[in-house]
Amino acid sequence: MKLPLYLDYSATTPVDPRVAKLMCECLTQEGNFGNPASRSHLYGWQAEEAVETARRQVADLINADPREIVWTSGATESDNLAIKGVAHFYHKKGKHIITSKIEHKAVLDTARQLEREGFEVTYLDPDSDGLISPAMVQDAMREDTILVSLMHVNNEIGVVTDIAAIGEITRAAKVLLHVDAAQSAGKIAIDMEAMKVDLMSFSAHKIYGPKGIGALYVRRKPRVRLEAQMHGGGHERGMRSGTLATHQIVGMGAAFAIAKDEMEADNAHTLALRERLWDGVKDMEEVYLNGSHEHRVSGNANISFNFVEGESLLMSLRELAVSSGSACTSASLEPSYVLRALGMNDELAHSSIRFSIGRFTTPEEVDQAIAQVRKAVIKLRELSPLWDMYKDGVDLNSVQWAAH
Amino acid sequence: MAYSEQVIDHYENPRNVGKMDEADAQVGTGMVGAPACGDVMRLQIKVSDEGVIEDAKFKTYGCGSAIASSSLVTEWMKGMTLDEASSIRNASISEELALPPVKIHCSVLAEDAIKAAIDDYKSKQ
Repeated sequence: MKLPLYLDYSATTPVDPRVAKLMCECLTQEGNFGNPASRSHLYGWQAEEAVETARRQVADLINADPREIVWTSGATESDNLAIKGVAHFYHKKGKHIITSKIEHKAVLDTARQLEREGFEVTYLDPDSDGLISPAMVQDAMREDTILVSLMHVNNEIGVVTDIAAIGEITRAAKVLLHVDAAQSAGKIAIDMEAMKVDLMSFSAHKIYGPKGIGALYVRRKPRVRLEAQMHGGGHERGMRSGTLATHQIVGMGAAFAIAKDEMEADNAHTLALRERLWDGVKDMEEVYLNGSHEHRVSGNANISFNFVEGESLLMSLRELAVSSGSACTSASLEPSYVLRALGMNDELAHSSIRFSIGRFTTPEEVDQAIAQVRKAVIKLRELSPLWDMYKDGVDLNSVQWAAH
Repeated sequence: MAYSEQVIDHYENPRNVGKMDEADAQVGTGMVGAPACGDVMRLQIKVSDEGVIEDAKFKTYGCGSAIASSSLVTEWMKGMTLDEASSIRNASISEELALPPVKIHCSVLAEDAIKAAIDDYKSKQ
């Protein structure tokens, strides 16, 4: 069976072979299998050394101190640790948190949990380009605000938040800023010495590292305190207990080191292919790029093909591995909450496809994708009563639909 | 999601796609669903003087199961009397297409479309 063409790099990436090789060296008896917490023998010391090298590699990508990096199981855990950890530590200072409606569920569900615990959360509405501006954050701040949590790059539409400017506002107000950088690390330059971000979540598997490992950056100056969410042994300076997974950590370190060296080349490559893809479909009628074109990570193209339903489009695109904002692809019947938060109507949200391009995507693959998409959209529009109505000049908003 | 062979067949080779003149007194048009919900079906029937459905056409905006459900009922309805057509139940549609539980609403919509088309035809007589 011919494998579908992979254009879902925002969901996950394959592990870079260079990374996989190093990981394999940390598993078996001949390899570096020791427990990094074993202080009494060589096995432990070697494993600890590998872990600390990886910690430095992660810190180097974002110009941070290695002592500011805490290993976690992934960005979801990092988000939980950052947000709950701050809320539980600083709750006497205030109980108000600011986030946005287009955050990842790891942030939104954590915020909901804190609401159940008595915290108050403000969910900012993005503008129609999907952007949260510094002014929006400024306006939402209150006396009792303790934390602002915003994503650097949105996972669905790829838009980039100006976290440097927002950091100036939060720091001036002595409010902590947490940023989920799962989709931005290795794709956008991050400088923790320059940016006033207090906590930042990272994932390895979005940039050619393994799944199941992530990190939380916790600033030392000015010092940020957290209440641990995982207890048992006091690893990671008490912030996150649990035996460190040497092979995973080595993989994340290697992936971040490669990202540092190759970010420029990766970005040039994915940007050229993203534009090639967009240029290949944008001349069709009623096709929209969702989210800001200008403030956008290089590999993401989230496109709505109006009057075509997303799941049926995916069915026609079985040779492409992409994802859809359509309700039908998820357990709920609601279309993407991110696209809806942009003020987009439900039809356009239902008709969206996210293409995400990565290090191993080729121009030939993009050309194949363009050809398949064009063919499928034309076919499905022939089948679509909405397309007929649009072509007849009927304003779909004026139609009384029978709800069901 | 895995689709049944029947759904894939109707999706890839939809039967009776098209549009008839809504103003024609012999034609009944049923449009059900809403774009916001992710599916809209337009089902049209052409009825002979003897009350037999001579022709049926559809266009559907929706998932593969919605397209297959409407394609299937156009096949079934041709040659049926209005009474026969109005007795088509969503359960037979979902059974024929082997729809999973999450897609049962597509067959319900197809049943609604049949009723709406028949009602529209009757209201013109």
